[in-house]
Amino acid sequence: MSDQRIIGKSVPRKEGRDKVTGAARYIDDMTLPGMLYGATVRSQIPRGIIKRISFAPQFDWDEFVVVTAKDIPGKNCIALIGDDQPCLADGKIDHPEEPILLLAHADPHLLRKAVDAVTIEYEPLPAIFTMEESEARTEIIWGTDNTFKTFLISKGDVDSVWCTADFIVEGEYTTGAQEQLYIENNGVIAAFDPQQGITVWGSLQCPYYVHKALMALCALKEDKVRVVQMETGGAFGGKEDYPSIIAGHAALLAMKSARPVKIIYDRTEDMTATTKRHPSRTRHRTAVSKDGKILGGEIDFTIDGGAYATLSSVVLSRGTIHAGGPYYWPNVRIRGKAVATNMPPHGAFRGFGAPQSLFAMERHMDRIAQTVGLSPVEIRRRNFLQPGQTTTTEQTIREEIDLSKLLDRALELSSYTAKKKRFAQENQTGPIKKGIGIATFLHGAGFTGSGERYLASVVGVEGCADGTVRVLVSSTEFGQGTNTVLCQIAAEALELPYDDVCIAQPDTNQVPNSGPTVASRTAMVVGNLVRSAALGIKQALIADGLLSDKYSPEEFRAACKHHIAKRGELRSIARYDPPPGVFWDDEKYRGEAYATFAWAVYVAEVAVDLSTYTATVKEFVALQEVGKVLHPILAKGQIIGGVAQGIGFAIYEKVVWQNGRMQNGQMTNYIMPTSADLPKIRVFFEELGNVHGAYGAKGIGELPMDGPAPAIVNAIEDALGVRFDSIPVLPEDIFETVFADGVR
Amino acid sequence: MRSDPADYELIAPGKLQTVVQLLAEEPGKWLPIAGGTDIMVQYSAGKLPARKLVSIWNLPELRTVEISPNEITIGAACTYTQLREHNIIASEFPMLASAARWTGGIANQNRGTLGGNIVNASPAADSLPALLAYEAELILVSIRGERRVPYLGFHTGYKKMNLAPDELIRAIGLRRQFSGYLHYARKVGARNAQAISKVCVAALGRLRRHNGLDALGNMIEDVRIAVGSVAPIPIRLTDVERTVAGKSIEPELVQLARKAAAAAIQPIDDIRSTARYRAAVTGNFVAEFLQQLREQGKTA
Amino acid sequence: MTVPMSVASERRGKCELAFVVNGRRENIRVYPMERLLDVLRHELNLTGAKEGCGEGECGSCSILMNGELVNSCLVPALQAADAEITTIEGLAAESQLSALQSAFLECGGAQCGICTPGMILGARHLLNKNPEPNADEIREALSGNLCRCTGYAQIVEAVAQAARHRSSE
Repeated sequence: MSDQRIIGKSVPRKEGRDKVTGAARYIDDMTLPGMLYGATVRSQIPRGIIKRISFAPQFDWDEFVVVTAKDIPGKNCIALIGDDQPCLADGKIDHPEEPILLLAHADPHLLRKAVDAVTIEYEPLPAIFTMEESEARTEIIWGTDNTFKTFLISKGDVDSVWCTADFIVEGEYTTGAQEQLYIENNGVIAAFDPQQGITVWGSLQCPYYVHKALMALCALKEDKVRVVQMETGGAFGGKEDYPSIIAGHAALLAMKSARPVKIIYDRTEDMTATTKRHPSRTRHRTAVSKDGKILGGEIDFTIDGGAYATLSSVVLSRGTIHAGGPYYWPNVRIRGKAVATNMPPHGAFRGFGAPQSLFAMERHMDRIAQTVGLSPVEIRRRNFLQPGQTTTTEQTIREEIDLSKLLDRALELSSYTAKKKRFAQENQTGPIKKGIGIATFLHGAGFTGSGERYLASVVGVEGCADGTVRVLVSSTEFGQGTNTVLCQIAAEALELPYDDVCIAQPDTNQVPNSGPTVASRTAMVVGNLVRSAALGIKQALIADGLLSDKYSPEEFRAACKHHIAKRGELRSIARYDPPPGVFWDDEKYRGEAYATFAWAVYVAEVAVDLSTYTATVKEFVALQEVGKVLHPILAKGQIIGGVAQGIGFAIYEKVVWQNGRMQNGQMTNYIMPTSADLPKIRVFFEELGNVHGAYGAKGIGELPMDGPAPAIVNAIEDALGVRFDSIPVLPEDIFETVFADGVR
Repeated sequence: MRSDPADYELIAPGKLQTVVQLLAEEPGKWLPIAGGTDIMVQYSAGKLPARKLVSIWNLPELRTVEISPNEITIGAACTYTQLREHNIIASEFPMLASAARWTGGIANQNRGTLGGNIVNASPAADSLPALLAYEAELILVSIRGERRVPYLGFHTGYKKMNLAPDELIRAIGLRRQFSGYLHYARKVGARNAQAISKVCVAALGRLRRHNGLDALGNMIEDVRIAVGSVAPIPIRLTDVERTVAGKSIEPELVQLARKAAAAAIQPIDDIRSTARYRAAVTGNFVAEFLQQLREQGKTA
Repeated sequence: MTVPMSVASERRGKCELAFVVNGRRENIRVYPMERLLDVLRHELNLTGAKEGCGEGECGSCSILMNGELVNSCLVPALQAADAEITTIEGLAAESQLSALQSAFLECGGAQCGICTPGMILGARHLLNKNPEPNADEIREALSGNLCRCTGYAQIVEAVAQAARHRSSE
C-alpha cells in the first residue's frame, strides 16, 4: 500500500523522552510566584440543609481567602448539559463530599488545619442510595420523579413474539461503581488578571469544557478565559467533566485573592469526591426459538447517576444503544433510564455505559444458551449481525464484517474447544477449577447520532518559521497516544518525516476546539480533520507557486519558510463535515447511531482456587477488528490497558459505600491489579478499514473495556457451574455462592 | 499530606543506648520509628497521635542477624529484604522468609522491619503467625537491662502488648529446631501482591517416624498452627493442636480439626472481607496443612 | 551497617540535612519529619518522583536510597541524612538515555508517564540485583509499582529488553 510510510509504524511517542527522564511537567510540578494553595470544605452528610457555618476562633481567618456560593460572579453551576449541579452548595446538600466552601492560604499545612476548623451544622434530610430506592419515589431528591433521563428504542413488534417463542429467558444483571484510579490525582492552578481574565492550567481531557464552564461561573467572555492542559497522568474519563469543578474552585479563589491558586487533591479526596463509573442494573426478557434464534425481547437498562444529572444522559444513551450487543434483533424494546441518588455524581469512565449493558448482554447470551441447550459459541453464531442487517436502532451494517469468522479465529487462538473439554475433565479432582468464557461485542466510535455534527470540531495545521509543521487541536494526550497519532497523520498526509511535525500544547488561546477527547473519537474523527488541514497547507503552498505536486521534505521546508516570510503565517483550518447518508433521529432514537463500529471477540481463561475461593485470570485473548492499526505498539497498549481495567471491573475493584460515601478511598483498600495479578494478554487485530476514519482507523480506546468482565464471569460459571450476575465477583461472593450450593 | 511536619519532632541519636536512655527519661513520650512503613502512612493521613519520634532506623545493634548453633537472633530493625535474602532464615525458617516476601512491594520490604511489624501489632500482620509457630522469643531492652519473653502471650489484646513504656524490642530469637518439619505458610489477600491478608496461616508439623511401618507413618508427633486476621491478635490454635496431636491424619481427623479451628477463631466483617469467608478459608488452610503433612509422611 | 547521622539536631524546628542526590552533595534545612518526597520535589526541584497515593502503595514516588528502592513518601527526611539518593533525573548522564529508558520508549512502556519514573527505578533496582530476570521475576519485582494505563505487558517487555542490552548501562 502506498500510504505505509508512517501510518502503521510504531514511531517514537512524541512526548516519550520527557516521560522517561522525569522532565514531563504535570500540574503539581508547576508553581507560580505568589501562589496560594486551595482546599475544599465538603459535606459530611448525604442530604440536608446547611444551618450554620462556623469558623474556629483559634485561626486568624483574615489570613485566609474564603469563598462561598455568594462569591460566585456568574451562575452557581457547573455548566455541562443541564445546569443542576452547583459549583458550591448554597444552603442545601445533595451528596456526601459536596463542596460547600473554599479556602486558600500560602501555607498548605495551615490550610489543611483550617479545613478541619470549619464546622458545618446541618439539618439532615432522608437520603437514598440505591436505584430501587430512587425508583420507589418515596423520597423525591431530584426533579419531580428522581429521573434524569429516559430513552426508548423500539424496533419491530415485540409484543407479538412472546406467544411464538419456544423459550422466554429472563435475567437481571448488575454492575458496581468503578473508580478510574488514574495515578495522578486531579489538580489545577488558576490565575486571575483583571485585564486578561482567568487562566487555568490543569490535568484534564477537555480544555473547552472547562472554558465553557468558567465563562458561566465567572461571568467572563470567551476571550477572558484561557485553559491550558498540562501533561496528564491518566484520565479514562475521570477528567472529562470533573476538571470543570476543580478549575471553577481554583478560579473563584484566584479571583477573590488576585493570587494564583493551586488545588491538588490527595488520593482519598479524589476517590471519595470525584466521579465514578455509573452502577447499572439490566433486566432482559428474551423470546427465543428452539433453534436458538432471538425472536425479540425487552431490555430495561437503568443507571445510577448520583445526585446531579451531569453526563448521565449521554452515558445512558450509549449504554442503551449498545444493550443489544452485536446481534440481530428483529423485534426489541429497550428502555433506558438514569436515576438520582444521594451519592457524588457518577461520570465518564472508559466505555461510558457500554461496559455495563454489554456485561448484561453477554451474560444473558450464556443463559440463553443453557436454556436452549446450545453452546455459548453456537448461540452467538446463530444471532450475529450480518452485513445488510440492521441493529436495534435500525442502522444497517454496511461493512463486510464476518463475526462468525472472527469468532472462529478467537476460538482457535485461545484453543477454546480443547481447553473447555480438558477443564471439564480436570475439574473433577483437585481444588483448582478452571473455566473458559467468551464475549462477543461491538463499540461505536465517535459521538452518538448527531453528536459529532453538534460538536462541529475544528482543527488547525500550521507551518512554522523553521519549516516544520504544527498540529493545532484541543484534543489532549493522557497516555493513549494523541500527540503521536495526530503527528503521524499530518506527516503522512504531507509526506514529511515524522520528526518534522509537532503538536501544540492544548491551550484555548492557541488551538481551535476539536471537541472533547472522549468517545474514542480522536484518531478517527479528529485525525481525519488533521489530515484535511494538513493537505490544506500543502495546497496553499502549491497555489502560491512555492511547491509542486511532488516534492522532497527539504523543498517543503523551504516553501513553508518562504511563505511565512512573505505572508506572515501559513495555516489551514478544517471543520467537521458530517458524512452524507448518515442520519439519526433524536426523537425516535433510531438511525445511524455511530459512523462505525469496531467488533471484538474476547476469550478469558480463569482458575478458581476453592481453598481461597479466589478467581484469577490465567490467559486472555483479545481479538478485534479496528479498521486500521495506525500505530501497532500504541494500539496494543490500549487494548492491554483496557483489558486490565476490565479484569479489575470483573473481579477486583469494589467501591464500598456507606450512606453514600466511599469507605475504601485508599489504594490499600480499593484493589486494582498489580503486575503480579495479570496474565499475558494476547492481542490480535483485523483491519477492514473505515471510510469515516483517518487512514481507515476506527476508535479503539474504549472497546477493550466492554469484553473482559462478561468473558471472565462466563468463564467462572464454566469453572464452577455456578452463576454470577453481578460484578465485581469477589472471593467472598464465590464463597457464599459455592457454600450455599453445597458444592465443595 | 494531612499532617504538618512542623508539629513533629524526630531525632536520631544513632546509638541504641542513647535511645534506651531517652525512653527511660520520658517514658511513653517518644515513639520509636524504624522503617516507617506503618507510622508514615498514619502520619500522611493525619492520624498519627504521637508528636515525638525517635529514629531507630540503621542502629547497627538492631540490624544484625546473629547465628549460633542452636539459635538465630534477628535484630528488630532487620528489614523484610534482609529476612528474604538471609540463607539461614530462608532455609530453616522459610515461613518467615515467605511472610517477608508477601509484605508489600519491594520498596516496602526494603524499609519495613520485623520489630516494627510486631509492635504495630496489626492482627493482619504477615510475619506474626510465623513467629508464633516458630515459638519465637523477644529480647526486650530498657534502662533496666534485657529480658526475654516468649512471643506467645506478648500481645494481650488489640494493639496491647507486654512492652513497658520505656522498653524496645532489641531482637527476636528463634531456636534452630525445625528441620524435619513440614513448614506450611499460606496467605490470602485481595490480590497477589501488596495485599493486607484476609487470612494468614503458619503451621509446623512433624510425623512420628517408625521404620517401615506405614500404618503409623502419618501419626502427628508435633504440630503448631498459628493464624492471623481472625482475632484481635495473631493466635495459636492450641485447641486444634491438642485435637490432632498423636493421632493419624485421616479424613475424620481433618474434619475435627476444621471444627476446632472454627470454634477457636473470632473473625469479623470489615472493609476487606467477611467473618464467614475468613472462617471458611482458615478451615481450608488447616485441612490443607494436615493433608500436606500426611503426604509428606508417605514420601518419607 | 554504620551510617553516621550527621545531623545538628535541635529538639524542635528544622535541622540541617546533608546528603548526596544524583551524585551531587546537597545541604538543606528542613523539618526532620518532612517527607523525603516533598524534600526532593520542593527543596531540590526534582519533580520526577510523584505523589500518587501518599501511603506507599502506588510506587510512583519510589527512588533509590543507598541503592535500595524505597517509597520516598514514607521516608522522613532525617532518615535520609548522609544517604545516596538516585532519582529518575539521575539515571542517565546528560543527554544520553539509559538502556532502560530507551527500552521503555521502544516498547511502549510509558503511556501517561506518571508511574514511569518510579517504574524505571524499580526496574533498575531489579536489574542491579538480578541482571537476567524472567517475566515472572520482573512482574514480582514491579508489583509495588502500580500502572493504570499499560496493563504492565509492555513494561515487562521493556525491562526484558533492557536486561538483554545491559552492556550499554
